[in-house]
Amino acid sequence: MTAVLVENGRRQFDYWLTVYKRTWKGSLVSSFLLPLLYLAAMGIGLGSFVDENGTGALGGVSYLQYIAPGLLAATALQIAVSESTYPVMGGIKWHKFYYSMIATPLRPADVMYGQLAFIAFRVLTTCTVFTVVIAMFGGLATPLGLLGLPVALLVGMAASAPVCAVATRLENDSGFAMIFRFGVIPAFLFSGAFFPVSQLPDWIEWLAYLSPLWHGVELARDLSLDTVEPLPALGNLLYLGAWFGVGTWFAVRGLTRRLIK
Amino acid sequence: MTGTLTARVVPLPVRLGAGRHLVERNYLVYRRSWVVFVSGFFEPVFYLLSIGIGVAQLVGDFTLADGTVIGYAAFVAPAMLASSAMNGAIFDSTYNIFFRMKYARLYDSMLATPLRPWDVATGEVTWALLRGACYSAMFIVVMLVLGLIESWWAVLALPVAVLIGFAFAGAGMALTTFMRSWQDFEFVQLIIMPMFLFSATFYPVETYPGAIRWLVQLTPLYQGVALERALTTGTVGWTMILNALYLAAMGALGLYVASRRLGRLLLK
Repeated sequence: MTAVLVENGRRQFDYWLTVYKRTWKGSLVSSFLLPLLYLAAMGIGLGSFVDENGTGALGGVSYLQYIAPGLLAATALQIAVSESTYPVMGGIKWHKFYYSMIATPLRPADVMYGQLAFIAFRVLTTCTVFTVVIAMFGGLATPLGLLGLPVALLVGMAASAPVCAVATRLENDSGFAMIFRFGVIPAFLFSGAFFPVSQLPDWIEWLAYLSPLWHGVELARDLSLDTVEPLPALGNLLYLGAWFGVGTWFAVRGLTRRLIK
Repeated sequence: MTGTLTARVVPLPVRLGAGRHLVERNYLVYRRSWVVFVSGFFEPVFYLLSIGIGVAQLVGDFTLADGTVIGYAAFVAPAMLASSAMNGAIFDSTYNIFFRMKYARLYDSMLATPLRPWDVATGEVTWALLRGACYSAMFIVVMLVLGLIESWWAVLALPVAVLIGFAFAGAGMALTTFMRSWQDFEFVQLIIMPMFLFSATFYPVETYPGAIRWLVQLTPLYQGVALERALTTGTVGWTMILNALYLAAMGALGLYVASRRLGRLLLK
C-alpha cells in the first residue's frame, strides 16, 4: 500500500517537473532575484542606518544578520502561497488537468500529494540559492544558520497546505487577492522578519504569534544566532507541523469532494 | 463627423470625452467585486504601519539635505505614497489591460463601436487614475492621523500622486501592447521592484556613490519620491518643476504609443 502511494506521488511529481523544465525561466526574477534585492536594500542599505543607530533592540547583532533568516522564511512563505493558489485553481477550473489525472488509477489524494511535493521542490530550490547568497554576504552569524533552509521548507509547507485547502474550495480567483492582502502581506510585514514583534501594539503582537511565519522566523533566527532553546524550538516545530498536517488533510478532502461528485 | 475627421488628420486626436464610456464600463464591473477594490486600501497602510512603527524605532531620526531633522516614519511615508501610486497604476495598466486585450477580447468589441484606440487608451488611464486617487487620498489621511505630515504643501501631495499614476499608467499600457505572454510580465517586475527598493525610498539618495546616485536620480520613481517627500516635509524647491515635467512627459508619451499600438494590433 505504501509502495503504491509513493509510486503515485512520484509520478505526479514527475509531471510537475516536466512542466517546470519548460517554464522555469518565467520564475527567475520573482523567485531568485527579488529576495536578493530585498536583502541588499533592507539588510545592507537600510541596515547601515540601523547599525549606526545602535542595535541593542536586536540583541547586538548587525541588521543584516538579524533580517537574513527572517527574509529566508518569508520568501519561502511567498513562493509557497503563490504556487498553491492559481496553479491549484487552474487544475480544477481552467486547464482542468486534475480531471485527466484522476481518470487514471490516481486518486485525488495522490494528485494533492504530487502538487505539494512540487511546491516543496520550488521552495527548496529557491531557498537554497537564497541561503548561499546570504552566506556570501555574511548574513549568517554562525554555520548553524544553514539549518534555516529546512526551517524555511517547513514554513513553506505549513503555509502551502492550508492555502491549497482553501483553493480547492473557492469558486473564483478573487479570494486569492484576499489571501495575499490579508494573509501573506501582513505576515511578511508583521511577523518579526524586519523588527522584533515586541515593538508592536499588544493585539498585533498576539496576531503575529498565531502566524506560522513568526514561528519559522524565530526558529531560523535562533539557529543562525546560535541562541536556540530546546523547548520553545520544539514548540515552533510542532506548531508548524500542525499547520502542515491539518492543512494537508483539509486539502485532500477538499480536492476529493470537488473532483468526485 | 468632425470628431472622426480630426481624429484621422491630427496624430494626437483631440477627442478627450469618449473615454468616459470605458470608465463607466469599468465602474459597473467593479461594483460586482467591490471587496477587491476596498481591500486595495489596506496594503500600503500595512507597509506604512510596519515600517513606521517597527523599523522606525530601529533607525532613529534622519537629516535631510537642507539640514531638517525628521523621524524615519515621516521620511519613508511619502516614498510609500509615491510607490503605491506607481504600483496601483502599473497593475491596472499591465495585468488588467493584458487580460482585457488578449483573453476577454474587450477592446475588439469596443473598437467595433465609434470608439477609437485613443479613446480606449485615455479611458483606461483615466480609470486607473481615478482608482489610484482614491487609494492615495486614503493613504494621505492615514499619514495625517499618524502625524507624518509636516507642511501645508502636502495639499499638493494628492495631485502629485495622480501625476505619478499618470506617468506609470501611460508607460505601463504602452509596454503592455508589446507583451507576448504572461511570462513577459517578469520584465515588469524586473523594472518595478528595483525601483521600489532603491529609488531613495528607504534611505536618502546621498547614500549612494556618484555614478549610482546619478542612475537612481534618473529613474521615474525617484522623481515621484522626491516630489512627495518635498511636499510632506515642506522642503520645496524649483527643481521640483523638472521632476513634474519628467512625469508628465512620460505619461503623455506612453499614452501616445499605447494608442498607436492598440490601433495597429486591433484594427487590421
